[in-house]
Amino acid sequence: MTVVNAPSVDKQPGQARQRGRARRLTPGVVLAWLVIAFLAISVAFPGLLAHQGPLAVDPAHALQGPSLSHLFGTDQSGRDVFSRVVYGARESLPIGIAATAIGLAIAIILGFAAALGGRWADAVISRFLEVLFAFPSLLLGLLFVAMFGAGVGSLIIAVGIGSAPGYARMIRGQVIAVKHAPYVEAARILGHSRLRIMVGSIFPNAMRPLLVLGTLGIGQSIVWASALSFLGLGAAPPAPEWGAMLAAGRDFISSAWWLEFFPGAVIVATALAATALGRHLQRRMEGRLAS
Amino acid sequence: MTTPDLVSPAQADDLAPALGAGARRRHRFGRVLQDVVGGVIVLWGAATLTFLAVHLMPGNPAVAYAGGVGSHPSKALLAAVSKKYGLDHPVIVQYFIYLGNLLHGDLGYSASQQMPVASVIKLNVAPTAELTLGSLLLAWLLAVVWSLLTVRRGRIISSIGSGLEILTAAVPQYWLGIILLEVFAFHLGIFPATGGTGLVGLVLPSLTLAIPIAGFLGQVTREEFESALEQPYITSARARGMGDWGVRLRHALRHAVLPGVTLSGWALGSLISGAVIVESLFSRNGLGNVLLQGVTQQDMPLTIGVVLIVAVVYVVATIAVDILYQLVDPRLRSAGQ
Repeated sequence: MTVVNAPSVDKQPGQARQRGRARRLTPGVVLAWLVIAFLAISVAFPGLLAHQGPLAVDPAHALQGPSLSHLFGTDQSGRDVFSRVVYGARESLPIGIAATAIGLAIAIILGFAAALGGRWADAVISRFLEVLFAFPSLLLGLLFVAMFGAGVGSLIIAVGIGSAPGYARMIRGQVIAVKHAPYVEAARILGHSRLRIMVGSIFPNAMRPLLVLGTLGIGQSIVWASALSFLGLGAAPPAPEWGAMLAAGRDFISSAWWLEFFPGAVIVATALAATALGRHLQRRMEGRLAS
Repeated sequence: MTTPDLVSPAQADDLAPALGAGARRRHRFGRVLQDVVGGVIVLWGAATLTFLAVHLMPGNPAVAYAGGVGSHPSKALLAAVSKKYGLDHPVIVQYFIYLGNLLHGDLGYSASQQMPVASVIKLNVAPTAELTLGSLLLAWLLAVVWSLLTVRRGRIISSIGSGLEILTAAVPQYWLGIILLEVFAFHLGIFPATGGTGLVGLVLPSLTLAIPIAGFLGQVTREEFESALEQPYITSARARGMGDWGVRLRHALRHAVLPGVTLSGWALGSLISGAVIVESLFSRNGLGNVLLQGVTQQDMPLTIGVVLIVAVVYVVATIAVDILYQLVDPRLRSAGQ
């Protein structure tokens, strides 16, 4: 997905309208903030939302459907699914954030090296990225898991590596765009040293879209990480990680739909909230550049 | 998610009209040749990357080539593997032996499947090809029909149209597959939950793969469709008295699908990763299922074999799409005549 447009010079007629929309809070953005607030409380104070521990078993109330006392039902050991989803935020969100950070870190190194390292560095790194693109993200992740074994640690790195090529290509484009910007030209004419131009002008401006990229990326990373957990390669049951919950619920798929529906719905809501927020930030940023 | 750069044959072919007929044909041939050379370089890079993977992973490369720690390879097997891959030679020699093996189609032996990797792939390629190609067609069908029905149909319908595209593009395949299973297999009992032969068994897995891709292709197509409907030739077609459907089908659609076509190579790659999830979920045979077993048991020859085949498919699809692009875009076609 091309999520970040380099701040372009040509202004389109729709820009003014977009700027107006950027200031207004759309229902989607409000909803996204609500989801994020819920997740933040889940991570910081899970006890406020959940009335049971994530691993508290109650065999007498196993596999009960959603009700007022168990909003999302109970699993085969009588554990409260809602409580598990709430506590699961503590597992799934850090995995997504860490994976995105790793992906961005690799991408910043490759992207900057390609854009600023001269023709040869650019040619080699761009070819390297092209090679990585021949492997779909999930497959790159699977290759890594095959090398280093399953588990949360390798899951995080695998998802990070899988997402790095896409970020790297965007960052390279961004740095090249900034490199040719008039203010860099001006700094060069003023006789500033290469290092000063790089640290003072290129770096901060090229990093600007990173906030957007990171926000959009976290949603994506959470989805990929839970895919690997779902395949049994990440967090192991009975951990309340969302993907692992989906994997554990597969045995009861024909009888207890709530075991699969709710954790998945929370993953989708989280991914959509991150995307909506990322797009909102992106519009605001473009709006500010336009004004 | 990552997508390759949109190739722009229009730029490359700017020269074409200025050249004579023979030169144009050569120009086109040169373009295909360039694609093929680029593809070969990418595959060489991919092979190199897998070689590095084996040598960077912890433990003895001989164990990795023999099928992983879990398969408890015997001393004799390890010795045979060391000899085959030249592991007592310097790394650079090992690298050329590795590439030589690949060029001969020798992908090694899979300990988890108890047969050569090439045979494993041959046995499992058909069901996965059926699944992914069927899903790609289905995704295009859904995206095009949805665009035709909802683009520029008043604010409410258009918003529903684009909203649903964003939603479906965000839904993870594993969850979508579970929901489809719940509703259509267990609740309504229309389609089989697992296995299932022929077209009936293919419906739910294909839908699972196709719907998110359709949402993504739909977003791209919608944007193009909207701008196509603003073009002067649309106004002129309407002025000639052509009905709304005629305008959409005959004039706008062709332009709207173009950027999506260039994404089909990417979509195929994404569908193959999706196949890992879907084949596991629906207990289908195929490359995805085999790959998952290979990864779980750290069976490197099998994992690498499947991953490399996917890279080959991606490269071939990208080249095919590039050629297809020239066929769909009438500007490029007339330049070639």
